[in-house]
Amino acid sequence: MEHSTKDHAALAQDFNKDEDRVDWHDETLWFIRQKRDKAAHQIPEWEALREAASQIKNNVLSNLYDYLLQFEKNAIANGIEVHWAADADEHNQIVHRLINEANVVRMVKSKSMLTEECGLNEYLAKHGIEVIDSDLGERIVQLAEEPPSHIVLPCIHKKKEEIGEIFHQHLGIDAGISDPQFLTETARQHLREIFLTRKVALTGVNFAVAETGEFVVCTNEGNADMGAHLADVHIASMGIEKLIPERKHLGVFLRLLTRSATGQPITTYSSHFKKPREGKKIHIILVDNGRTVQLGRKDFRNSLKCIRCAACMNTCPVYRRSGGHSYHTAIAGPIGSILAPNLDMEKYADLPFASTLCGSCSNVCPVKIDIHEQLYKWRQVLVKNGYAPAAKKAGMQVMTWTLSSPGLYHTAGKVGRWVIKYAPFAVNNKLNPWYKQRDMPASPEWSFSEWYKQNRQQ
Amino acid sequence: MTSRELILTAVKANQPERVNLPDISVFETGTKGSLQKFATVLAGVGGNIAYVSGHEEIVRIIKAQYGSDVRIVSPIKELAELSRENLKDIALIHDLHDVEVAIVNAHFGVAENGAVWVTEKEMQHRVLPFVTQHLAVIIDADAIVPTMHHAYGLISTTTYGFGTFIAGPSKTADIEQSLVIGAHGPRSMTVFAIVKSEG
Amino acid sequence: MKVGLFVPCYVDQFYPDAAIATLRLLEKLGVDVGYPPKQTCCGQPMANSGFEHLAAGCNELFIKNFAEFDYIVAPSGSCVLHIRDHLHDDKNPKAAESISHKIYELTAFLTDVLKVKTLNARFPHRVGIHQSCHGQRGLHISSMTELVSPEFSKPESLLNMVQDIELIHLGRKDECCGFGGTFCVTEEAVSVKMGKDRVADHLAHGAEYITGVDMSCLMHMEGILNRQGSKVKVIHIAEILNAG
Repeated sequence: MEHSTKDHAALAQDFNKDEDRVDWHDETLWFIRQKRDKAAHQIPEWEALREAASQIKNNVLSNLYDYLLQFEKNAIANGIEVHWAADADEHNQIVHRLINEANVVRMVKSKSMLTEECGLNEYLAKHGIEVIDSDLGERIVQLAEEPPSHIVLPCIHKKKEEIGEIFHQHLGIDAGISDPQFLTETARQHLREIFLTRKVALTGVNFAVAETGEFVVCTNEGNADMGAHLADVHIASMGIEKLIPERKHLGVFLRLLTRSATGQPITTYSSHFKKPREGKKIHIILVDNGRTVQLGRKDFRNSLKCIRCAACMNTCPVYRRSGGHSYHTAIAGPIGSILAPNLDMEKYADLPFASTLCGSCSNVCPVKIDIHEQLYKWRQVLVKNGYAPAAKKAGMQVMTWTLSSPGLYHTAGKVGRWVIKYAPFAVNNKLNPWYKQRDMPASPEWSFSEWYKQNRQQ
Repeated sequence: MTSRELILTAVKANQPERVNLPDISVFETGTKGSLQKFATVLAGVGGNIAYVSGHEEIVRIIKAQYGSDVRIVSPIKELAELSRENLKDIALIHDLHDVEVAIVNAHFGVAENGAVWVTEKEMQHRVLPFVTQHLAVIIDADAIVPTMHHAYGLISTTTYGFGTFIAGPSKTADIEQSLVIGAHGPRSMTVFAIVKSEG
Repeated sequence: MKVGLFVPCYVDQFYPDAAIATLRLLEKLGVDVGYPPKQTCCGQPMANSGFEHLAAGCNELFIKNFAEFDYIVAPSGSCVLHIRDHLHDDKNPKAAESISHKIYELTAFLTDVLKVKTLNARFPHRVGIHQSCHGQRGLHISSMTELVSPEFSKPESLLNMVQDIELIHLGRKDECCGFGGTFCVTEEAVSVKMGKDRVADHLAHGAEYITGVDMSCLMHMEGILNRQGSKVKVIHIAEILNAG
């Protein structure tokens, strides 16, 4: 998947060139955060549920080895074929092989952020396999040849007029249509034909149950089911951390997931796949792709508890005002910023700094990942590994000397105040990023310490 | 080493010290789910509810709503009057693509989210409740549980090859957060709640 | 009880009135306040930028200056949170830990330790409260809109003791202002947009003053207000509680 070589700050700056659009994007996602709040407040035991979900996931991570074996054994006993992929490439190769074995060159796919992470669509396209994304938002960005910007609402960055134009270009409707009802109906008709003719369907996995060897796929549109139940071969791609111990734990997660994601009490469909249809196949691919490395990082392993609800994105004031694409990675926002550096510290060194550490994300996370604390910790790791720009390093060293010495500190303060008062042009200029859109603070007569010395010290 | 071995070895080496599972039985308070709440939440997610005395009334309602020119199917023998088709005879499930109305039984409803639980056995064909244009589901009016915890309590003693919670009609808000009912699954969903008369 | 006054570096240099008001307020309430003159900074600017390992000098200095006090009080949520969470000294671990437990943000100190129930203050203006994130989500000086839990606010309760004050409602009660330390310059576009939106919320609800526990947030919003030519002013909560 092609991503820009610009960093988050630069991409966010580009995004902010159109202030009206930023307001629209921000208000849309804030609206979803409010719906989430409303739903959460209807459950008096909401905080206890979060705590339970958090503890269940802590248990899963601490016992993942046994749960993986248990799941594999039970899935196989159910007639599901289990595959293991160490990395993205291997995942893609397995999917390709399964498609070849089915003697087809086309596949329909429902939402799977894991496949986004692995670059599956691009890989298959290179090998002559056509993949149609069936989730409405995903289909739209697929036609627009863009990556999704949000893990639950893939085209939240697109206006309905733009979607109408995309459908006019690719699906043959008249120009100038923007009615969501009409556009959805268009997609329904277009994709119905796809569902009815594809022999291989790929879905993601929201939860896999070790106890029973079944897995659950949640959608509002019904597209995962339309694809899977009409295909001969159902491939399910799953990150190894998506396991839960027992079926009854689904009660906790299904109560939290959609309320956190969109404010709905549950998705329209929560489909439990246990056995393949008579004579048909279900394959599940268990993917590592860096997850075992993250599992070994004491400070960051809790990021693997994520159930991909995107509540953190909806609440993040920075995400809302910079858009998913400014994170230049499959999974954006706060959770993306603590997952991505594990995959490539150099490429994603900017992400943990794309935050004010306000802490709102950690509060909305249904599994209580300490996201904002991990962002802080990643900053220390990245700097220690040499991923701070040289200028910043130098500036920080100067700051350290100044602030560790009372004498230097007071001198520097005096100088700063003098400059602002008597030589404002030295700081009120283009070289000072603060000054671009903000006035500098006024220069007071004296500092507090000077005042205290003058007025209070005997 | 196979990838399986590689992954399992890495997991074993990197996983943290064992912590216990929490006790989630605390969430399973009460036993009775409110039909009223179920109906309200179902309406909130775009579903319909109809309280009926039995299957004859369901037949009447369906006939009145959809007429006889559309393809109506149901594996429920009490609804044979609506559908001459025997779903067991379908050779290719894709032949179900033009089903207008499908009616299946559900085990129970969940009050907190308006969902009903349906398994493969009730569907006859897994694709049926999704490919149909309109879906109707029948439950006993008193088969309502309060929360998903209770739901899984009931499910725990059952086996299925496929089962799903269905909460209203298919929908999407992917286009500028505008809610549209009827995405890829059914455009409408009705729950017929059979109310048992006293005595 | 002897209280050590910790004045954040930028408050010391640019907003001394907030510190003066803090000192006077504490003294009015009968507190014996000392001000170690050799204090500098809590080290947060380096730590939040990933240079935690450079904060040792600041840490040592902080411990040297403040170890002897019964309590340490600062007119800042973020500095107090930073000390609470990140102050450590390998040479003096016990002193560091002790300080973490006895350092308080001002409104938390007034509420939890002094248990202030009345104030002799008057501020006849429409005031918007900015809920600075570190004080709120880090120190729990008020409830958070994300959580399903009872509502409370130490700053708001104290402001309600001030005569003739009118507290306005906001559209988004606790959204971040976008200052974020070095974020304010490294992600300038988003930082300013966040600040503009916060300011607009206050303006839309008729604020004459915007107040809060953290001067950093207020400094950022003030910069935007002044650039807009607005008459609305920012003021640290200590100055309101000490007013009239």
